[in-house]
Amino acid sequence: MPDTATILTVIAIVVKVVIATMVIFSLPLPLTWIERKVAGHIQVRLGPWRVGPHGLLQPVADTIKLLFKEDIVPAKADKFLFWLAPLMAMVPAFAVFAAIPIGDTVMVPIINQEIALYIADMNVGILYILAIGGLGIYGIILGGWASNSKYALLGGLRSSAQMISYEIAISFAAIGVVMMSNSLSLVEIVRSQNHGIFSWNFFYLPVGPVWFAIFFIGSLAEINRIPFDLPEDEGTLSSGYITEYSGMKFSFFMLAEYVAMVSVSILAVIMFFGGWNSPFPFTIGLPSILADLLALIWFFGKVCFFIYLFMWLRFTLPRYRYDHLMVIGWKILIPLSLVTLLVTGFMRIIG
Amino acid sequence: MEQLFFYIFAFAAVISAILVISVRNPVHSAFFLIVTFMQVAAIFILLRSPFLAAVQVFVYVGAVMVLFLFAVLVLDMGKETMKEHLHGQSIPAGVMAVILFLLMCYMVVKGRIVANPGSYGEAALVNNTEVIGRELYTRFIYPFEIVSLILLVALVGAIALVMQSKGKEQGK
Repeated sequence: MPDTATILTVIAIVVKVVIATMVIFSLPLPLTWIERKVAGHIQVRLGPWRVGPHGLLQPVADTIKLLFKEDIVPAKADKFLFWLAPLMAMVPAFAVFAAIPIGDTVMVPIINQEIALYIADMNVGILYILAIGGLGIYGIILGGWASNSKYALLGGLRSSAQMISYEIAISFAAIGVVMMSNSLSLVEIVRSQNHGIFSWNFFYLPVGPVWFAIFFIGSLAEINRIPFDLPEDEGTLSSGYITEYSGMKFSFFMLAEYVAMVSVSILAVIMFFGGWNSPFPFTIGLPSILADLLALIWFFGKVCFFIYLFMWLRFTLPRYRYDHLMVIGWKILIPLSLVTLLVTGFMRIIG
Repeated sequence: MEQLFFYIFAFAAVISAILVISVRNPVHSAFFLIVTFMQVAAIFILLRSPFLAAVQVFVYVGAVMVLFLFAVLVLDMGKETMKEHLHGQSIPAGVMAVILFLLMCYMVVKGRIVANPGSYGEAALVNNTEVIGRELYTRFIYPFEIVSLILLVALVGAIALVMQSKGKEQGK
């Protein structure tokens, strides 16, 4: 029989997993509303307005609609993979959060227990996230193929080529961060940036901003957001890989896309912008509970900024042509990251 | 407990590996190959090797299989390609498979296939990214460099082949 401490740890892990899953599942509700509001205001209109005050209940209405919509499966589709593809897109997007920390260990006052604000601090955390995050692509490729439609197939093909090209650049950016922070664990990476704004990896001059640019452009392509959303380019491919999907299966793809956007925003904050550290190099003697709360506020503030940035870009930039996309990936990002890698290495040796 | 997990992963790995070679549709084959790789990665974790597991998923599942699928999707798959059988190779192939199976049985039963953790304790193995890095760049530097060179040659070879066929097309 395991002792009490082990049982408590297991219970803590289960509770954390359940909470994380529920929060992530409900995230697209506010996010779709915010995205449409941002779109509306950028295009000088109101956005959702009719359902509830300021259209706040619009996502709920949309969810109900998606749940009760007829689920159409094309007659010549590959039934097995057509059914599996939405899950293959969604599960990795959630699994990534097993390694994503939202804070350090905190002392909870009432139960007097130390609780870590992450599910697992893996010593290969950053590798795990890159590896698992990359799996979501199979939902797109296999879904596109299984639909047995040329638009969907082309969407899937574009997606696989795009993912291969940009995954390399993102991995280089991750290597850069590992070199600057000296660890593969995300918690350690954040701890290495706790001396104020100039200890953040972004301000590791001159290579920090370059790494961030590579990472940001690469992840824009990886999560299929404009200006790199070629796999679902409605101008030429009707809706790309999701053309044949409807109802619940369609909503799974959307869910995966929003969750991926959140996880990329969190990663950008953790890898380059100090995670939950404040930008000030000094600490004021706050009681620990307030300090923990402040750390959470810093963290979510930064994450919200990046989510907004993704939305802002979506309604500001035009879409790239496909061959341009490949040129950016192979002829600009990869050579640039190789050079930056070399410079970072020299700086680590000297500094 | 760990044994139970090992048997779950091993069972799934073997079943999906058999499916890889027995299903007719190449895309289904690729899918089951992905499943096999994932199970092997899980077994790496049971062997206290999180780095290898992550790299396995990252390289094989994340990159190699995507390229594989890309090639399979671009190929024109008629019905006849799906029905292709072994042509006169089934008997030698079967004999080879039986010999390989017996050989592996012998090695496993005799305990010849063991991964020796060497001088590293359990704690060092969990932090094995550093261990792998240090070993690769000190003790195994020559094999490591040779492997890199071979990969580079393969890379150049692939590009040369593509350039050659491109040149022919332009010549026409």
